[in-house]
Amino acid sequence: MASEHGLGKELDTRAGGSHPCGGAGWGSARARTSRSLPAPLIATAAAPSGTPRPARLGRARRPRCPETDAQNAFKVRISIKTALGDNAYAWDANEEYLFKAMVAFAMRRYSSKSTTQISNVLLCNVTDRVSFWFVVTDSSKNVTTVPGSVVEAAIRMNRNRINSAFLLSDKTLQFLKITSTLSPPVEPSTPVWLIVFGVVLCLIVAGIVFLIVSGIQKHKKKNKESTERENLEEKVEVTVTLENGLPCEVLDLKAGHINGVFPADDERFTSL
Amino acid sequence: MSKDLSATPEIPKEDGRPKWDNKFQYILSCIGFAVGLGNVWRFPYLCQIHGGGAFLIPYFIALFFEGIPLLHLELALGQCLRKGSIGAWNTVSPYLGGVGVGSWVVSILVSLYYNTVLTWVMWYLINSFQEPLPWSVCPLNANRTGFNKECYESTAVNYFWYRKTLNITPDIAENGTLQWWLILCLATCWAIVYLCTIRGIETTGKAIYVTAIFPYLVLTIFLIQGLTLPGATDGLAYLFTPNLNTLKNPRVWLDAATQIFFSLSLAFGGLIAFSSYNLPKNDCEKDAVTVAIVNSMTSLYASIPVFSVLGFKATTAYWDCLDRNIMSIINEFDLPEESIMRQNYTSWISFLNSSHPEKIAGLKLKSCDLQEFLDQSVSGTGLAFIVFTQAIILMPGSQAWAILFFIMLFSLGLSSMFGNIEGVFTPLLELQIVSKSTPKELLSGIICLISFLIALCFTLGSGSYWIDIFDRYAGSVPLLVIAFFEVIGVVYVYKIKRFSKDVKWMTGRKLNLYWQITWRFISPLLLLIVFMAFVALQMLRPPSYAAWNPKYEGFPMKEEKVYPPWVQAICVLLAALPCTCIPLVALFHLIKQKRRSKDTSLVSAEVFSCQGANSNFPHPKE
Repeated sequence: MASEHGLGKELDTRAGGSHPCGGAGWGSARARTSRSLPAPLIATAAAPSGTPRPARLGRARRPRCPETDAQNAFKVRISIKTALGDNAYAWDANEEYLFKAMVAFAMRRYSSKSTTQISNVLLCNVTDRVSFWFVVTDSSKNVTTVPGSVVEAAIRMNRNRINSAFLLSDKTLQFLKITSTLSPPVEPSTPVWLIVFGVVLCLIVAGIVFLIVSGIQKHKKKNKESTERENLEEKVEVTVTLENGLPCEVLDLKAGHINGVFPADDERFTSL
Repeated sequence: MSKDLSATPEIPKEDGRPKWDNKFQYILSCIGFAVGLGNVWRFPYLCQIHGGGAFLIPYFIALFFEGIPLLHLELALGQCLRKGSIGAWNTVSPYLGGVGVGSWVVSILVSLYYNTVLTWVMWYLINSFQEPLPWSVCPLNANRTGFNKECYESTAVNYFWYRKTLNITPDIAENGTLQWWLILCLATCWAIVYLCTIRGIETTGKAIYVTAIFPYLVLTIFLIQGLTLPGATDGLAYLFTPNLNTLKNPRVWLDAATQIFFSLSLAFGGLIAFSSYNLPKNDCEKDAVTVAIVNSMTSLYASIPVFSVLGFKATTAYWDCLDRNIMSIINEFDLPEESIMRQNYTSWISFLNSSHPEKIAGLKLKSCDLQEFLDQSVSGTGLAFIVFTQAIILMPGSQAWAILFFIMLFSLGLSSMFGNIEGVFTPLLELQIVSKSTPKELLSGIICLISFLIALCFTLGSGSYWIDIFDRYAGSVPLLVIAFFEVIGVVYVYKIKRFSKDVKWMTGRKLNLYWQITWRFISPLLLLIVFMAFVALQMLRPPSYAAWNPKYEGFPMKEEKVYPPWVQAICVLLAALPCTCIPLVALFHLIKQKRRSKDTSLVSAEVFSCQGANSNFPHPKE
């Protein structure tokens, strides 16, 4: 029965990735419970609302990774639910087999020698997160592991194929030590904004030209009309009647006849 | 026959002055002038930092005692005298002609920088037609191994604003180069302004139908969309929850008074110009109340979508923060995916803290607090170009929202520009400098061209620092001074009894007690207090600015720098220039009077009357 101490030790060693897997001497997996945690419960995918019940905090399944070859091992982290949502598949032994096959395929393609078998790819420490470590061994050279740089280069070359085999992307199928190259952003040949700007400017210039031209035309028409009117007025002025030196329009012709002081005559008489 | 004896008909003489096509155009122009960018990006910010709904109390008090009276005064003055600001104040008293000149100078200064803000809006507008929006992704660095360093350290929206739009220099003394893309946009903006103001109110009157009404449509669309966004209710609750304690701070009252004052665009001379094109017998009292209330209602109406969107942004940022923490925890403890959700995050955290505290500490989780995200308040250009653009990226269909938003901002600013340009244009038409035969198109073209050339300075690398200076100094203190002298001039020089008679002739109603009291005592007193408090606060605050400096060690925080002495001198000049027009012109007239013989009419205020200007006998000064 593992003690709390043992559980903590296992978690500590996995943190930081310094040593891939737990201490020596754990040949077989044992059901683990910790005294500090609630009584054995099956870890569920989504904790019931409120209390968390992580009976097994990231318990690793078999097999365990070997102690040595830490620098040639790579940690992989897979986020299927994030990528696929409702269409997520479960990570089981078949998927692990596919992964091994893809890594072997990548190694074969990279080094162009068909010596890497699926059995050369070793997975270990598979957790519920879905994360695990893998190494590639070289069966021709006395079961040593292939150097990390070679594996990294092979994976990088075939990243696309590996991603698409699992319907995942660079972000959801992470090789923690291998950075992905960023794709350049799409740049159109002419910046789009120049096109829009050109359209707007043309419309505005057309509007201005139209208004100026119409203004000039109106001005000309007004000038022509006013000269015509002036000519007409000159003719009319000759016939204006004068009375006492003042033109008649100014005079109020009725002024002399009715005395404005008294109310109008009409009101004195009752209307009919 | 009796009809012939009626007194001289009250139809005003046809003086060839252009007039509005209909009353609605005039009201819409005044509303468009008053409703501007400040209603969208300053009022919601003030509401937020000054206790939410509680801010409405000082705001409406200021509206009642300061905003509406001053607005009525300007509209009545312009309608009565039928002249632009310079001519109007010269008519009231030659010694007060400086008030008109001051308004004119302020209108010029404000037009210069206001159109540059519109340039930025236009730049964002034409960039909104791209997929993906250019401010949503960081560009890659030179050797394509990662993102551009400046962009990576701040955010993509910040990078697009400070680098790709402004290409800002780290210091105001460094001028940088002219940014050709901004020059193109500036030319376009001035061309649009020219197109709309080419014949004065004949053309602006048509354009205003679009530019004044369109923003309301867009605000409504944003309102509906904003309310459906997640987190909108948090934002609105945060905005409107009243916190009456803030009312104890005098700063709140000062902000309310200045906000009302600047929001109504008083003392620019534009309102006088607009109302001078009215028929003299027009109810200016009702107009003033209408315009002021519509302006305030628009501010309130605009704050709802703004705060819905800000609440949405805060909620999204909060969820992102939570998600990042959750991902770190899941990866660290190798828990199955989706075992920790946002809802049970806190219970998980407390459990893990008790069982594995050192690991949790090692993860360095950021504390996610929704209040903190909501508290990040921004106003001004930061709201529109940084915060809002970031929120738009998160909405589905971001291109459409971006285009709508920036067209709305452009219309809001454009309708205010019409008022500013009218404030410059109308007095020039009346001064004897310009002969009658020059077509209006030429005059407006010259104004726009000269303004464009001067405004090229704002397209330099340091341009936005200069715009802040203009906004802080030229567009604030001089207006308060001019408005104060306006009220004093009308009430005590022109004499309020005479003005009451004029207003009664125009509106058909006697001036009631409210106007009498506010014009005589309350408004001038309030303006004086606001002016002194405002100047005192500006003096207390050291003249500093926040510079965007990628080499600063606190980057992406902005670096606080002090203005160099020559810049401070320019600030003082900007604030003092319009104000000194007032005593200068008075002095000029005093000297002119002393030179002439003593029997010439000193001040025509006694002779002049509003009815006189609109009847058949000529004005004694003309």
